[in-house]
Amino acid sequence: MRLEVEHLEVAYGPVRALHGVSLHVDPGEMVAVIGANGAGKTTLLRAISGLLRPKAGRIRFNGHEITGWAPERIVALGLVQIPERRQLFDSMSVEDNLRLGAYLRLRRGERKAVEEDLQRVFEIFPRLKERRRQMAGTLSGGEQQMLAIGRGLMARPRVLLLDEPSLGLAPLLVQELFRILRTLREQGLTLLLVEQNARQALRIADRAYVMETGRIVREGTAIELLTDPILQAAYLGGPSASIPSPPSSTEVAVHARFPRTAASGDAAMGEHGHGGDDASG
Amino acid sequence: MIREWVGGERIPFARRWGIAIAVLGLMIALILLGQGHGFGALEYLQFILDGLRGGSIYALVALGFVLVYRVMGVINFAQGAFVMLGPMLTAFFYEQKWPPAPGLRLALAALLAVGIVGALGMIIERLTLYPARRASPLTRIIITVGVYLSLQGAALLLWGPYAKVLPSFTTLSLSDPTYRFAGVRVKAQSLWIAGTLIAALLALGLFFGRTTVGKAMRACAVNRLAARLMGIPVDTMSTLAFGMAAALGAIAGIVLGPVTRATYDMGLELGLKGFVAAIMGGLVSFPGAVLGGLLLGALENLWAGVTVAGFKDLFAFVILILVLLLHPRGFAGTEAEVERA
Repeated sequence: MRLEVEHLEVAYGPVRALHGVSLHVDPGEMVAVIGANGAGKTTLLRAISGLLRPKAGRIRFNGHEITGWAPERIVALGLVQIPERRQLFDSMSVEDNLRLGAYLRLRRGERKAVEEDLQRVFEIFPRLKERRRQMAGTLSGGEQQMLAIGRGLMARPRVLLLDEPSLGLAPLLVQELFRILRTLREQGLTLLLVEQNARQALRIADRAYVMETGRIVREGTAIELLTDPILQAAYLGGPSASIPSPPSSTEVAVHARFPRTAASGDAAMGEHGHGGDDASG
Repeated sequence: MIREWVGGERIPFARRWGIAIAVLGLMIALILLGQGHGFGALEYLQFILDGLRGGSIYALVALGFVLVYRVMGVINFAQGAFVMLGPMLTAFFYEQKWPPAPGLRLALAALLAVGIVGALGMIIERLTLYPARRASPLTRIIITVGVYLSLQGAALLLWGPYAKVLPSFTTLSLSDPTYRFAGVRVKAQSLWIAGTLIAALLALGLFFGRTTVGKAMRACAVNRLAARLMGIPVDTMSTLAFGMAAALGAIAGIVLGPVTRATYDMGLELGLKGFVAAIMGGLVSFPGAVLGGLLLGALENLWAGVTVAGFKDLFAFVILILVLLLHPRGFAGTEAEVERA
């Protein structure tokens, strides 16, 4: 279940976007890729998901060499991407969006397992259950991000690729989002997280890579990078510790396994979503 | 960025009402024009009813246009050729001596024809549009025109310029019974046509609203990028949609067969009128396409009734020209569609 990218080169016509990117994600790990706008982070994820055909280099997943595979074959292996800006099926209902996340499984005839997963996603995001007949395009930004994650989970991913999940969310919702990601990770999901919100990403990741103009320029454990003075100046907005670290996820009920209590707050993120007691610091 | 590329998913409210008012005005003008001939209400009703028969065919053809446009973002001018191939193939199989029972023979011939045209549609999509899937919408539209011309030429080579005749579905002979209801006449074949239209609309509604594949096909139209990331094979969906549209076109041609004679060049007029109907319905909505087709059929027949029958075709093409003048950007798809992943 190890995801390995070796010397990946991707070009849009004559313009090269990735110049030999190498990284790996081990099972159970949460790895962040941080970097400024235009560094090639989204290109990297699109190449991994098979949307872009690399010019050179290799992508390996779970023992398969998946370079140049069609996206549906990659999804079938359990490598699922939640794209930037949610990319929901706006004019379709919340429920249909979720079911389409499990398209390949439905086609394989796993109808019963998919229905169970649907209930599981509704337990993680009760707000989606309330709105399951509503058009996805009419949800608030936070709810849309929840739906995008729920739709990704419906594919039963082994590795989840997330492209800028915090984009466009209010700070409190961002806190909530990262808590949910952390919980998913503690339940054994492997995550590769691409973020501009470097500080937040490094706080929950195990390891991280820093990208600049299509290259990996730094890599290390999240703690190393968080305390690195050069990175602090470039990406983390100076040495600041004012943002509280997220609480350990056992305090947050975001999964069916954990009983939901009033004190832990509502895990669903909506327009009125609040981060619980700890978000305000 | 790749955003929702079916630009016209929602027809602006004002425009929808504008169209409704224009249609109503047109109808009143036509009726006033008819007053000069001393027509009564019954005559108008008869014109409209007869027009609805043609309109149902335009509606069926328009459904094929909408289907392909929604999933692939292409206006498929080859649709007319599939409409022509349906009755031509059916007549060809019907002319064979087996099986002896004419009813069974006709049903089998029609089924076979629909199946062949559907499969042909899928093969053609794979051979022509699929390799050009990253080309601009205009290129892809011109490819469909080329496909139309090739198929029409092939039909001319195969069967010659002679008209083929299909028997009435009711009597299995050349004469079609006429029913009278309260002073208006309805041909039996018109009822077959209306029933086919209703069945087609219901089937499409069930397919897109209830089945996983249908929903996935819609998802391709709503957000192609997301569909690919969810593992939906969008290229296969395009092929399937094209084949379904071709089969739908064949069905339209077959039920029309007993009313008019089938010739190798019948696809041009039906294809264009189906396109006009689809545009009148906003190009992305199935009920809209049906409404557009029925309206076009009724209005053009009313127009032909109060003026000269030879002017009938003028009506649809004036509407086409008007739409293209008022909407010069055309329906060739949006920028986003060209750069889709």
